[in-house]
Amino acid sequence: MSLLVLSNISKSFGPVNVLHHANMSVDAGEVVGLVGDNGAGKSTLMKIITGIYKADAGDITLDGQSILHLDPGERRAMGIEMIYQDLALAKQQDVASNIFLGREPVKSFLGIIPGMVDKRTMDRKAQEMIDRLGANLPAINRPVGTFSGGQQQTIAIARALTFDPRVVIMDEPTAALAVREVQSVLDLIRQLKKQGIAVILISHRLNDVLSVTDRIVVLRHGRTEANLTTSQTTMTKVVSAIVGGDDMEAAAAHESAG
Amino acid sequence: MSPQPNAVTKPGLWRRAQIKSEERLHVRLESLLVLIGLGVIMSFLSPYFLSVSNFLNILLATSTIGVLAIAATFVLGSGGLDLSLGSVMGLSGVAGAFVAVNLGLPSALGVAAGIGAGAAAGYINGKLVTRAFVPAFIVTLGMMGLARGLALVISDGRVIYGLPSALLYLGQGRPFGIPMPVIIFFTVVLITHYILAFTRFGRYTLAIGDNENAARTAGIDVATHRVILYTLSGGLAGLAGMLFMARINSGDPTAGISYELTAITAAIIGGTNLFGGRGSILGAVIGALIMGVLQNGLNLLAVQSYYQIMAIGAVLIFAVFIDQYQIRKAADT
Repeated sequence: MSLLVLSNISKSFGPVNVLHHANMSVDAGEVVGLVGDNGAGKSTLMKIITGIYKADAGDITLDGQSILHLDPGERRAMGIEMIYQDLALAKQQDVASNIFLGREPVKSFLGIIPGMVDKRTMDRKAQEMIDRLGANLPAINRPVGTFSGGQQQTIAIARALTFDPRVVIMDEPTAALAVREVQSVLDLIRQLKKQGIAVILISHRLNDVLSVTDRIVVLRHGRTEANLTTSQTTMTKVVSAIVGGDDMEAAAAHESAG
Repeated sequence: MSPQPNAVTKPGLWRRAQIKSEERLHVRLESLLVLIGLGVIMSFLSPYFLSVSNFLNILLATSTIGVLAIAATFVLGSGGLDLSLGSVMGLSGVAGAFVAVNLGLPSALGVAAGIGAGAAAGYINGKLVTRAFVPAFIVTLGMMGLARGLALVISDGRVIYGLPSALLYLGQGRPFGIPMPVIIFFTVVLITHYILAFTRFGRYTLAIGDNENAARTAGIDVATHRVILYTLSGGLAGLAGMLFMARINSGDPTAGISYELTAITAAIIGGTNLFGGRGSILGAVIGALIMGVLQNGLNLLAVQSYYQIMAIGAVLIFAVFIDQYQIRKAADT
């Protein structure tokens, strides 16, 4: 049985039907690529997993139990993490504040007054996580807006990994990165796989998807168009599924070249 | 990801002092220096400035504005805006006086009515902003008119005199020689500073002001949090109304006109970001004290009060200018 299963998910925004009975699943230690053209419904489907959007129909199960009724905070607590394309960082707050946002450890002040956020523990754990990722930040007690794009991405990744996730969703994690940084993101995905974490990778860079995933799910106009095993597929097949068969030779040649 | 070459230049003495001041005291160094500088100038200009009784006067006059500045800090820090602070304060004073004088009910009920009226106005603000999606600027501008009008309706446009002695004590009592409003103000400062600087509630407030979307994805119930903030803001305006009413010994429906101007100015001088994400209660207190010393000094120098209103407006624009200038400078380097 798969760890996370989405079955027959439908969603519309007003008159616009974004998803029609979309299906996908991911196992522990499996990396699944989610690809499709712009507007195919990839991001919407992921936001339905994290609970930011509510599905109109269909079910989501984690370990066989439905999580549809849980709010985003509760789903995070169940181990579903997402790294957003825009990173979703609070730029004026420091590193630890971002990593622990919504999950701050608390203690009591002078042993009497409850609810004091334990900033020292937060800073220590944040530093440990940053070190584990092999990143080099000049100082963790600075607003994250003062860091470079790559460093901010590290912080977003650290936030997703600090609370022992079971499923990590990455939305275009390599889109804005330099070549060397792309490689370290792909290495990180392989590392997560080894630790038994399920990874869903959304990307337009099909070369990245083909090199790091076990399976590739193709969304087209809100439907699950194909569910391909990466080792038995080719760039041409993936592109064909994305564009729906037309002009696939030219499109595939272009993707292979790029 | 990969280690990046990062040219870390050692910050200068001034920058280090700025960081220390913000980390340890939660106060911007500039505003602290402005307050001290203002005090030094005033003591040269007026022989009456430097005395214990005048200091208590300043604190007494600052307590009302200070409580409003704290309310402004919470709402601005969350990326919101509350323009109804002054009017809600006026409404609360009238509501409290009406219950205690016209209805002849116990003073405690008067206080509850005053603070309750403020909190109710704030709750309505919050609901309209989060559920009806009317911009905070419009909602609170509308509430500014609604609350002021309601205060005039309840009081029939007249000042309500003759408060019971228990209510008067709130504004004029002096246990240990310290005015009651000052004691209440400091108590509110301690509690709200703890909340904003050290609790999850405070962190969520600033995170929402910083990046609402990030707060939502972190599982924070942003709409509910905003409603609580606007209610808190209204409740604090109600408390300010009680302090003012008790101090002037009457429920005045025109109390607090343009006080939101002073309160927002004090909050911004104290380091609160006009667009949210950053804010400090102790900073707001320093900001309120700067406004208090400025007004007290201009009074001692017998400057007409009309000019004082002009001075506050100018200080507001100047404070935001300095803030934006520093942000632009930081972005350039």
